[in-house]
Amino acid sequence: MTSTLPPAAIFILGAFIIPFLRGRVRAGYLLALPAVAFWNLLYLPPGQSWQAGFLDYSLIFCRVDRLSLVFGYIFVIISFIGIVYALHVKDSGQHMAAFCYAGGALGVTFAGDLFTLYLFWEIMALASVYLILAQRTEPSRAAAFRYFTWHFFGGICLLAGIIMYVTARGTTEFDYIGLSDPGSYLIFAGFCLNAAVFPLHAWLPDAYPRSTVTGAIFMSALTTKSAVYILARTFPGAPILMWAGAFMTCFPIFYAVIVNDMRRVLAYSLINQVGFMVCGIGIGTQLAINGIVAHAFCHIVYKALLFMSTGAVLHMTGKIRATDLGGLHKTMPFTAVCCMIGAASISAFPLFSGFISKSLTVAAVAEEHQTIVWFMLLFASAGVFHHAGIKVPFFVFFGHDSGIRTKEPPLNMRLAMGAAAFICIFLGIYPAPLYNILPYPVDFVPYTAFHVVGMLQLLMFGALAFTMLILSGYYPAELRALNLDTDWFFRLPGRAFIRFCDKPLKFLAGAMAALVSAITAWFRSLPATSVSIENQIDRFFHGTLTSLPALIFSWIRPFKTEISQLSWNLAYILVPFVVLLLTILVLII
Amino acid sequence: MKPNKEITFLDSAQNRKKVRLYFYISLCVLLIVDFFIPKHGHFPWETVPEFFAVYGFIGCVGLIFIAKILRWVVRRKEDYYD
Repeated sequence: MTSTLPPAAIFILGAFIIPFLRGRVRAGYLLALPAVAFWNLLYLPPGQSWQAGFLDYSLIFCRVDRLSLVFGYIFVIISFIGIVYALHVKDSGQHMAAFCYAGGALGVTFAGDLFTLYLFWEIMALASVYLILAQRTEPSRAAAFRYFTWHFFGGICLLAGIIMYVTARGTTEFDYIGLSDPGSYLIFAGFCLNAAVFPLHAWLPDAYPRSTVTGAIFMSALTTKSAVYILARTFPGAPILMWAGAFMTCFPIFYAVIVNDMRRVLAYSLINQVGFMVCGIGIGTQLAINGIVAHAFCHIVYKALLFMSTGAVLHMTGKIRATDLGGLHKTMPFTAVCCMIGAASISAFPLFSGFISKSLTVAAVAEEHQTIVWFMLLFASAGVFHHAGIKVPFFVFFGHDSGIRTKEPPLNMRLAMGAAAFICIFLGIYPAPLYNILPYPVDFVPYTAFHVVGMLQLLMFGALAFTMLILSGYYPAELRALNLDTDWFFRLPGRAFIRFCDKPLKFLAGAMAALVSAITAWFRSLPATSVSIENQIDRFFHGTLTSLPALIFSWIRPFKTEISQLSWNLAYILVPFVVLLLTILVLII
Repeated sequence: MKPNKEITFLDSAQNRKKVRLYFYISLCVLLIVDFFIPKHGHFPWETVPEFFAVYGFIGCVGLIFIAKILRWVVRRKEDYYD
């Protein structure tokens, strides 16, 4: 037994005291929780501790090494910033959900075996749903339901994968897995869903913009980045991740240009940023892993800063669409400056945190001479400046004056934004503290004249393109519209299925009921016939129908359905699913 | 920070022009500086003068063109799913 606790325990157990506290005591308690958790992190012994027996396996709640510690630090830091930002919220449920959610992320980070990982994985999914539901609007209720469905699906994939993996390999160890057997592919799919890898990303831009102002901070930080951590541990060097990541950096920026809701722009740019990390995991070299860890660290802070500043606008004005906003720098200068610091950081401007972290990943790609991927990442770097760097601050705080006159957000929100902005600039100027805690020794100098001038040229000439397109009126106008994404393939069949249950099935049920009442009316007039028919029905149910399972079994015996014939089993499940999907698609088009 | 005091610097067209002017000057400076710095790229084209400026500009213009096409494909009414 050690004198430290598993980090997740502090948050999750601590969360259950929140509802009993009020006022200043509660505020103090909320701030103390992350502080205690951080202090606890500093004293965690390296290696595995807090093990418990579970069936024939052991659950390991605390596996500490350099990789898990960095993620532990940043999750606790962002929980502190996020909870400062949320201090004014009266609803204790939201604070509880936030801490359970962050505790789940910490649990995943420090889990030493796959069962513990799964346990905290589901805690994360459940707790985060509340942060969407708590917005208490009809669209967010629907989005929360879809979010839950996505993650439930991902969780099932993960659980099935874990069971198959454990059966095949006889170990529950949560370490390098690698893509080989069906179990590992299912685990991979579950992880990729949380990392928002295309085409499993659509839950993110759907749900995040509909979460609460304060919940979005936690959501932007935890789900995808814990998945990045897990992928870095289990599937480093998988070439498919390199290509998937490179694609993830590029496709969301096109969406981000045409999307109207500012938090949805940020959600798409979140996918773009996670793309850099997923790509780095696919490269898998020491430099690349250092790059993704540093990038995740910085990204969590500046993305939270961007969500906080746009959230502050939503909190103060009740509006978040580009078409409704503009000119807010006049009355919210502090928020505007914070937003621009976040924007400069995400765009990797020199002297801001994105620059010292993103360059590691890009350098790792260059070192492996992946030419196409390098060009894609470079394009994405220019593109992210275009939408998250310019579009968000420009359309919210500058652009045309919307006539909205408001005030700066409450003090706690300003403090949280100030703290995040400080970290962005501090790490940008002095990256050594971050470089020192990375998993591998860092031999990288971000500030060379070549890097700085090259990056500035890329960004500033991207800005020139923006300026020219805006002035010439060619820039796509902000429109109130909905943009289809890959969830179309699930939502439309889903709706068609509901409609099928609603109309034809109901009609069928009604017709059956009518038939039955007609038959009973007829029987009442002919007692003798009714008895013989009843006998026949009896025989059918007790004779023919009960022998059916045996009959079916004799049919399917020649097919390979045993548990060991896994690929056959999967194919059997997949075929009807695909047929069903195609049928429904054909019916609705 | 006083609440109702507004920042009106960017209201005048003259100031906006000034901001743009400084922006264009900084672009020129970047183009000139590029000739005088030591280069150490992994790829040969990284050392071509003004490579990043040209790629950034073309990339962003291309981004807008493709985004316009994408909008034409995926745009629906706001109540499409309702």
